[in-house]
Amino acid sequence: MKRNPATFLLLIAALVAVASASARGQALVADLSSHHVAITTGFTGTDVLLFGAVDGEGDVVVVITGPPESVAVRNKQRIAGIWVNADTVEFQGIPNFYAVASNRPLKEITSPDIRETQQIGAEHIATKLAAEDRDRPAAEIALYREALIRNKQNSGLFSVEPEQISIISDRLFRTQIHFPSNMATGSYSAVVYLFRDGEAVQAVSTPILVEKVGVGAEIYNFAHQQSALYGLAAIVIAVFSGWLGGVIFRKV
Amino acid sequence: MHFYLPIAEMSVNIFLILAMGGGIGFLSGLFGVGGGFLMTPLLIFIGVPAPVAVGTEANQIVASSVSGVIAHMRRGNVDFKMGGVLLAGGFVGSSLGVVLFKYLQGLGQIDLVIKLCYVVFLGIIGGLMFVESARTILRSRSVSASRGKLHQHNWLHGLPFKMRFRRSKLYISALLPLMVGAGVGVLSALMGVGGGFIMVPAMIYLLGMPTSVVIGTSLFQIIFVTANVTFLQAVTTQTVDVPLAILLLIGAVIGAQFGSKYSVRLKGEQLRILLAVMVIGVCAKIAYDLIVTPEDLYSIAPLIAH
Repeated sequence: MKRNPATFLLLIAALVAVASASARGQALVADLSSHHVAITTGFTGTDVLLFGAVDGEGDVVVVITGPPESVAVRNKQRIAGIWVNADTVEFQGIPNFYAVASNRPLKEITSPDIRETQQIGAEHIATKLAAEDRDRPAAEIALYREALIRNKQNSGLFSVEPEQISIISDRLFRTQIHFPSNMATGSYSAVVYLFRDGEAVQAVSTPILVEKVGVGAEIYNFAHQQSALYGLAAIVIAVFSGWLGGVIFRKV
Repeated sequence: MHFYLPIAEMSVNIFLILAMGGGIGFLSGLFGVGGGFLMTPLLIFIGVPAPVAVGTEANQIVASSVSGVIAHMRRGNVDFKMGGVLLAGGFVGSSLGVVLFKYLQGLGQIDLVIKLCYVVFLGIIGGLMFVESARTILRSRSVSASRGKLHQHNWLHGLPFKMRFRRSKLYISALLPLMVGAGVGVLSALMGVGGGFIMVPAMIYLLGMPTSVVIGTSLFQIIFVTANVTFLQAVTTQTVDVPLAILLLIGAVIGAQFGSKYSVRLKGEQLRILLAVMVIGVCAKIAYDLIVTPEDLYSIAPLIAH
């Protein structure tokens, strides 16, 4: 385990928090090292530290969920010798990002039924079908659902295995959450569960805001809000750079 | 060193992008093609979303073509009159192409149509150019080159509205370059490329222009057609990533200078056979991807809220 001064301070903060929490009768408190992820021009992904304290024994599970989106899952079939997107199923309200962390394997903590209802683990993410796909056979939909989760995992946006949560002396816990560079902007939420004897006894939720900042954000807004002007600017920049290149090389 | 692209919404290695721009820029200066038919698939390959690759590439081709045309203008290798007529057709064609693009998108098979377009057009043009230039090279080796007519005459030369193109040493109907410009314009909007790889052979074989003027004139008209596409993409889909285009064009502008300097050292038929091999290579790669069984038969794509 890496120990640095910032971590140490956070653990002290957690200790103070748990002291006041237990005074109020709360079994679980948690917070993040940052509630704001800024996507700057040098952004290559980031780690956020989630820490907290529990009052007494129990298992801790953390679920991070990104903003919802609609996703089309397409199936290719061979038609006249070439592979063609032949069929599509549309899923709605799928989180753009999903990560889970726990102090020991999920199946040792709680039953599949509870994991299903609480959406703990990528395979238990609730999926909603678009209206036109609701009459299709369940077995067929299951294949598309698996494909959706598999593709999301391959692009690093859904976790395959839970991250490790370390618990110190049955009281303090911490885990590192990794956000990849291809994450979407928007509101994320981190939900921390405390399990005792397989039952979720408490859950706390804390928000994370992911947004573009700086030059990148300004370019994005320019492109979307004044697209005609942006298009003209793009052409002017291109013509000027091309001309500049030509002029510079004339002297060589 | 990494850079986060604001429109593509992904982090890329700056040096990889610069190298890609440089390599394609060199080829663009050498052959007088914008290089879009190589760069767009390459960008998609490194993970840039396809619509962003197409929109950004149009923007970058504007720059590399300006740079390339300056080098050719210095040598007097641009037929502005011919370029202007081609361009008039190009504007009509590329605007029509955007309409056609939207229609095909509505049918849900735009990706397949784009790929089939690549295979068909790259295949035909690459094949024709390869056979023709190989023949020329073989002939010039066996017999000492005999000076014949500048170009062959056929029914196309009987069309009305004849115009004199001094720089190209041609007296042909203006309808001919107008139609060529329009046809290439449609394809360039549909395939997300400048269209040089179609324009160059069309000028040589259909219009009968001398090879020396073809490259400069093609670059000249590509500037305006890709500027039109850039503008239309920026307004309708917001998929033009200017920082990505700038990174690509820094590499491309430098590469294009070396390319156009190098091109004067090669004979016309040598240039054409090299270009033909490259075109056939890209065509074969896309065809292979359509035929070979994909690793995962399922793919996902985020849907934009209707």
